[in-house]
Amino acid sequence: MRKFTKGNDAVVIGALYAGCDVYFGYPITPASEIAEGAAELFPQLGKEYLQAECETASINMLYGAASGGKLAMTASSGPGISLMQEGISYMAGAQLPALIVNIMRAGPGLGNIGPEQGDYNQAVKGGGHGNYHAIVLAPASVQEMCDLTIKAFELAFKYRNPAMILADATLGQVKESLKLPEKESEKPDTTTWSVQGDAKTRRNLISSIYLDLELMEKHNEMLQAKYASMEKEAMSETYLIEDAELIITGYGTSARVARSAVDQLRKEGVKAGLFRPISLMPFPTRELNRVMLGKKVLVAEMSNGQYRDDVLLHLEREVRTPVRLVNRMGGILIQVEDVLKAARRMMKEVQ
Amino acid sequence: MAISVKKATGLYEKFERKDGTKTTTYCAGCGHGIIQKLIGEAMAELGIQDRTVFVSPVGCAAFCFYYFDCGNVAGPHGRASAVATGITRSLKDKVVIAYQGDGDMGAIGFNNAFQAANRGEHFAAFCVNNSLFAMTGGQMAPTTLPGQKTTTTPFGRDVANTGFPLHMCEVFAQLEAPVYIERVSVADTKRIMQAKKAVRKALEIQRDGKGYAFVEFLSPCPTNWRMDAIKSAEFVTNEMEKVFPLGCLRDRSAEPGLQRKPIEQKTLKELMGTTGHGIDPVPDPKFGEKRFKFSGFGGQGVLSLGLVVAEAAGNDGKYVSWLPSYGPEQRGGSASCSVVMSGQPVGSPTVDRPDVLVCMNQPALEKFISTVSQGGVLIYDKSLPVKPEARGDVRVIAFPAMKIAGDNGVPKAANTAFLGCMSALGLIGLPEEQVIEALAESFSSKPALVEKNKKVFEAAKAWVTSNIK
Repeated sequence: MRKFTKGNDAVVIGALYAGCDVYFGYPITPASEIAEGAAELFPQLGKEYLQAECETASINMLYGAASGGKLAMTASSGPGISLMQEGISYMAGAQLPALIVNIMRAGPGLGNIGPEQGDYNQAVKGGGHGNYHAIVLAPASVQEMCDLTIKAFELAFKYRNPAMILADATLGQVKESLKLPEKESEKPDTTTWSVQGDAKTRRNLISSIYLDLELMEKHNEMLQAKYASMEKEAMSETYLIEDAELIITGYGTSARVARSAVDQLRKEGVKAGLFRPISLMPFPTRELNRVMLGKKVLVAEMSNGQYRDDVLLHLEREVRTPVRLVNRMGGILIQVEDVLKAARRMMKEVQ
Repeated sequence: MAISVKKATGLYEKFERKDGTKTTTYCAGCGHGIIQKLIGEAMAELGIQDRTVFVSPVGCAAFCFYYFDCGNVAGPHGRASAVATGITRSLKDKVVIAYQGDGDMGAIGFNNAFQAANRGEHFAAFCVNNSLFAMTGGQMAPTTLPGQKTTTTPFGRDVANTGFPLHMCEVFAQLEAPVYIERVSVADTKRIMQAKKAVRKALEIQRDGKGYAFVEFLSPCPTNWRMDAIKSAEFVTNEMEKVFPLGCLRDRSAEPGLQRKPIEQKTLKELMGTTGHGIDPVPDPKFGEKRFKFSGFGGQGVLSLGLVVAEAAGNDGKYVSWLPSYGPEQRGGSASCSVVMSGQPVGSPTVDRPDVLVCMNQPALEKFISTVSQGGVLIYDKSLPVKPEARGDVRVIAFPAMKIAGDNGVPKAANTAFLGCMSALGLIGLPEEQVIEALAESFSSKPALVEKNKKVFEAAKAWVTSNIK
């Protein structure tokens, strides 16, 4: 069964198939259709929808629902996500699973509602206070807006950790064909840790406070070990890389633009290929190195090199792998022509 | 004679989560111990321990989970009301308690508390008012009394500078939704007995699922007030009560609580299955990518024109994307959309170099004319008062879409006229029946318009046949 669907609506559909119980949110362009879709659909399925008074309330309502072992979600965009960072840190500290969707717009500050990817560091590196990570998945199509929403819930509950869908205004607004999931996900058993207001979970406790410094260190070490154990969940995609001399890489919308550029470059006789990370945390380090080492690498993104920095960070140092950046900011979608120009120049200049 | 002190059964006998002792984290003479004992007793008496989730705040009461023998959640600073909202909204029929200090609730968390009260959330909010931030060392809170010295009002609180004490009960009493609002004190035995009744009532309201209950406790803070326990209790009664009078401001516990309007329940399949069909896209390397841009004012139907083309492509088994762009600062300002159809998965969904550009207004024409791809086509409404100068390799068609739509009785259907024009010129690259079917589908909610639009579509085709060689 297929529907011609907007990316934002596909997120709501994915959440329903994932078995999401509650939605708490506050409207913001370009993410508002997610709240609108949830407001319409959740109550008809006996699920809870509430428009919160602000983003800090939304994320703390999520904290409450997640404490009860429920599948809870919210969606926002840049400025709203900034307001949620404290709550996300608390959730990471208290090991609570929930889904936060960021339909990125241009910043900093109020910026505008055009698509940008300037929230990469905030999403991938933690964003809030303390040593933590959220799980971050980066869809690149309407189909993935749905499928990765389901996956994000699954990973969030598997690791008891907040998860984020990191998309942008383009992916939120674009309409494409969506194949609906075959069936609804099974509910995870959360009775070992959640607080459900019953005899079984009466002794459970949700908290992130450790006044004892050594216990706090142990808790941090445990979290870091947990993040390391997520490595096996890393996801990525390649396109025409077998004989490629030039690897263009980007995530989300930038990867779509890069894919068009790869096709055009192939027509021009340039052996170009695409590497697209699907999970940004965990970062697909191994696959990135397998694909890129020794090749020319062009990073395409709609931010100031935040993703490029991670590419550089994760590349092994032993093999020379030249890396260049082509980017747009300000809400301007990176154009195929931008990528083509940078690719042609790199092929000529870099030996 | 040895005195055995028996704790309320709603509280742990020994505080294992602390260090296994029986001593609490509260200072001598502090009201928290009394108030929490009252809550623990009421919880046990009402038999709701296994239904209760307790939300503790940041501040002196941050460690309530040491003491309360029920489900415990430690919330962020100021957010207990929001956290409790999340719990009560997702765990129905539970007893939820949000416990906050006056700084936590009255300052950083006031909006959350106020909005939760206004929504009539189903939890009991207990606020311990000791007129300052205690755990952080006695700074001014919204509840600090006029003239009161704290570490951040060293000259006494000057209301001309820092405002007046915040009366939470009185503010909440302005709201419609709360079921119960009372201010009590724990300064002496008589007052404690009244506080006990208030706690019990707030929890009964939760047990019975009736809605929001708020109890504010005036409570001594000997440590930060730098007074002994007796003086502190006197300060509560003699000074605090002057500013914060005790009493019940609202009690609707005898009335039935508000009931939500029922919404018709459906299955996910029913919700998803009612609209749309669409087939799997079929890879077709021979079908080259076609890129369209439709532009004009919001309300002219440029977005829906693009949607019809996109839906037709999807129904024909093509890969296709549709991407809108609005002038966000004004509803009804400039609008455009990009449609990409392809025989393989669509790369960039944006169209920087359209093969076909449709312009329904002058600003769009001026903005996009130079972007048409080599060998591409520009179609614009003939009524526009400009003669566009396009590059030599661009085919330019001045098409009377608005006139054709108007002549056929549907002035709003200029977009359909453009669709007919494109179809007649073979620019869509899809079978015409697919285009017409998608057009009809787009009016599925207004069936009366289907035939009218088909007429406009045909008239547009006829115009092309007789005017374009």
